Amino acid sequence: MWSGVFHMNKTMSLLKTQVLDLGTIDYAQAYPLQKSHVQQVLSQGIQTLLLCEHPPVITLGRLADEKNLLVSSHLIKERGVSLYPIDRGGDITLHAPGQLVVYPIFDLRHYGKDLHLFLHKLEQVIIDLLADFGIVAGRQSGRTGVWYQDQKIASLGIGVRQWVSYHGFAVNINTDLNLFSLIKPCGLDVSMTSMAKIKGRIYPMEEIKEKVIQQMTQHFNLQTQGS
Amino acid sequence: MTKITLPELGEGIDQATVACIHFRQGDTIEQEDDLLEVVTDKATFNVAAGTAGVVKEILVKEHQEVKIGETLALIEP
Repeated sequence: MWSGVFHMNKTMSLLKTQVLDLGTIDYAQAYPLQKSHVQQVLSQGIQTLLLCEHPPVITLGRLADEKNLLVSSHLIKERGVSLYPIDRGGDITLHAPGQLVVYPIFDLRHYGKDLHLFLHKLEQVIIDLLADFGIVAGRQSGRTGVWYQDQKIASLGIGVRQWVSYHGFAVNINTDLNLFSLIKPCGLDVSMTSMAKIKGRIYPMEEIKEKVIQQMTQHFNLQTQGS
Repeated sequence: MTKITLPELGEGIDQATVACIHFRQGDTIEQEDDLLEVVTDKATFNVAAGTAGVVKEILVKEHQEVKIGETLALIEP
């Protein structure tokens, strides 16, 4: 468990980062796009922040245990949900419309070359984002993710290649939480929640995206461009 | 012979698990190629060859836990 503190040097120059809003995009299209942006960071040094929503999809991380898939793959297909084994940390997760997915394609050499510190900072972005909307969320010891009381509201999992990150985090904004009955999220016996469930209202995704860009800019010292 | 070791991955990370090995003994490898992938709790990390040459020996297996600094493979430039 990471316990240190990385102090961002206030005089450190801002890191040029393009922000791309992909709208709703199939996981199968977004994944190679992430990989091409990793190459771009390595060749040109410009970081990318990808924001999107995915049509219903279950992804299995490298540590995934298929027992955490609670129904047959046939039934999953019948529900219109795709299934992808992928190269990120973590177990099993689900993406669906109404969930904001954020892929920071960042050069971790700027952020202390520390995998757990990076995850910790991403958790803080989510905690501060939720606080912007009056939701007090936090961490649970030994469990990566962001929690509202005993329910999980956001999941994280990253991949790193030559110290450039891909994958990232997903926050439930207006997600249909019934879909989570198909899996045991992250292999844990937890129930999932969303901003909409907590506050009893639907949030415009644009408003959330704007706030998440602000939080990422602040926490990661970004100079953003594009939209 | 160049030793490829598991680099420091961050404070409090003492070890990682080998998830995938992308090359076999005898393969030619480029400096930028990912030799193998390790996984910690919520992150996967690709270990690059760092040097071009021929993979002489892979010293770890998939699912094996490896410590930071441990030798993973030997590459002959």
